[in-house]
Amino acid sequence: MAASSRAQVLDLYRAMLRESKHFSAYNYRTYAVRRIRDAFRENKNVKDPVEIQALVNKAKRDLGIIRRQLPVTPLESARIICLFIALWKHLKSRLFL
Amino acid sequence: MLLRTAWRRAAAAVPVAPGPKSEAPTRGLRLRVADHAPQFAVPSDTATAPQAESVLRPLYMDVQATTPLDPRVLDAMLPYLVNYYGNPHSRTHAYGWESEAAMEHARQQVASLIGADPREIIFTSGATESNNIAIKELEAAIQPDTSLVSVMTVNNEIGVKQPIAEIGRICSSRKVYFHTDAAQAVGKIPLDVNDMKIDLMSISGHKIYGPKGVGAIYIRRRPRVRVEALQSGGGQERGMRSGTVPTPLVVGLGAACEVAQQEMEYDHKRISKLAERLTQKIMRSLPDVVMNGDPEHHYPGCINLSFAYVEGESLLMALKDVALSSGSACTSASLEPSYVLRAIGTDEDLAHSSIRFGIGRFTTEEEVDYTVEKCIHHVKRLREMSPLWEMVQDGIDLKSIKWTQH
Repeated sequence: MAASSRAQVLDLYRAMLRESKHFSAYNYRTYAVRRIRDAFRENKNVKDPVEIQALVNKAKRDLGIIRRQLPVTPLESARIICLFIALWKHLKSRLFL
Repeated sequence: MLLRTAWRRAAAAVPVAPGPKSEAPTRGLRLRVADHAPQFAVPSDTATAPQAESVLRPLYMDVQATTPLDPRVLDAMLPYLVNYYGNPHSRTHAYGWESEAAMEHARQQVASLIGADPREIIFTSGATESNNIAIKELEAAIQPDTSLVSVMTVNNEIGVKQPIAEIGRICSSRKVYFHTDAAQAVGKIPLDVNDMKIDLMSISGHKIYGPKGVGAIYIRRRPRVRVEALQSGGGQERGMRSGTVPTPLVVGLGAACEVAQQEMEYDHKRISKLAERLTQKIMRSLPDVVMNGDPEHHYPGCINLSFAYVEGESLLMALKDVALSSGSACTSASLEPSYVLRAIGTDEDLAHSSIRFGIGRFTTEEEVDYTVEKCIHHVKRLREMSPLWEMVQDGIDLKSIKWTQH
């Protein structure tokens, strides 16, 4: 099963840690990072493929939860996006792309 | 040039996340959060939108008073606040059916945490209402000699665990009903209503990282425990608690119970470690500190320490960047020292100088270290100012002093 290969699990782990770092509340952010790390570490020697798949599915559900919980204020993200668009336009004009 | 300016502006716009090890401990851990506090006027213009304001909030070390919502609980509740808003008692359409299904699923989640049958769980507005329903049963008793024993499983002020299994055994052998207020214990220590022979149990949502305004009462069916309803109305919840069951809240309670069941061992291990760290550090650096409560039968997340020769309220005021309490929140408005401490025989002066440290699922090691450091610093400072401390340092026995009236 593709989902339970080592590379896929590592990708999931990295994605979860990456998303967790965007929690704006200190306590949620530190808990998520710590819990994800500890959970993956605790289960790293599991061999049974059925159990691995169950754990991977749970992790994917939790990743969904984290993604839904990240409240980025629309004004803030709009600001950042505008800045990046301005930057990209500037780069394009400089490099004649 | 323009590139550098643009990057600087971009860097300034991104909210500053606190790096736990970035600064020396004394500057330390002030929660620098992008302020998502409710904005009552929605700004219409991006140009006038406030910068990601860094608002410093105190650290939260008062989990016995209330706990933050676990993100998993909020995720479970959101659909029922936004889309699936039906009344669970509506029997004629899908909105009602899906809401009822969620309510029953939540009931199952609560029941499985305490080893009960879902039919034995009644949803209420909190542990206080559950307690009142349970106590009222006493008045509804038929035989004049039927009585009720009511005990708190884990005390909210000093964290002592009562010997529930023993009490349950004694009560069942004497045919006396046994009620326990498990608000601080559910989801934190393993509880089984059948092993411990509990007849009635109160559960509170906001003590286990669930929403406020919801709780449950466990009422044993075999042998049947009769309770009288506090509020009458449409006969919901088997007639024991009328009123529309708030689906989003009970879904949150159910999710909180399920999460607690999964995380109980991990949390307990972590909280014990942090509690050990806190008490060891404080006791090593300060003399004359007493931990209130039996050290053996103790829930680690609730640490109640008395600092001799220091007044509790003044220490709380000094520790203004840490949210602490010196006793239970329900009695914090009065100036009386805690009745619990008085009951366990603490001296009057030590009872006035007690502080309760609460360690929960989301407490970090850095928060504990910061709290410990500030606590030590302020206790030393306050003791320096205390004439009682001076006398003790000079070797005078305070109990031998005859205080005169002017």
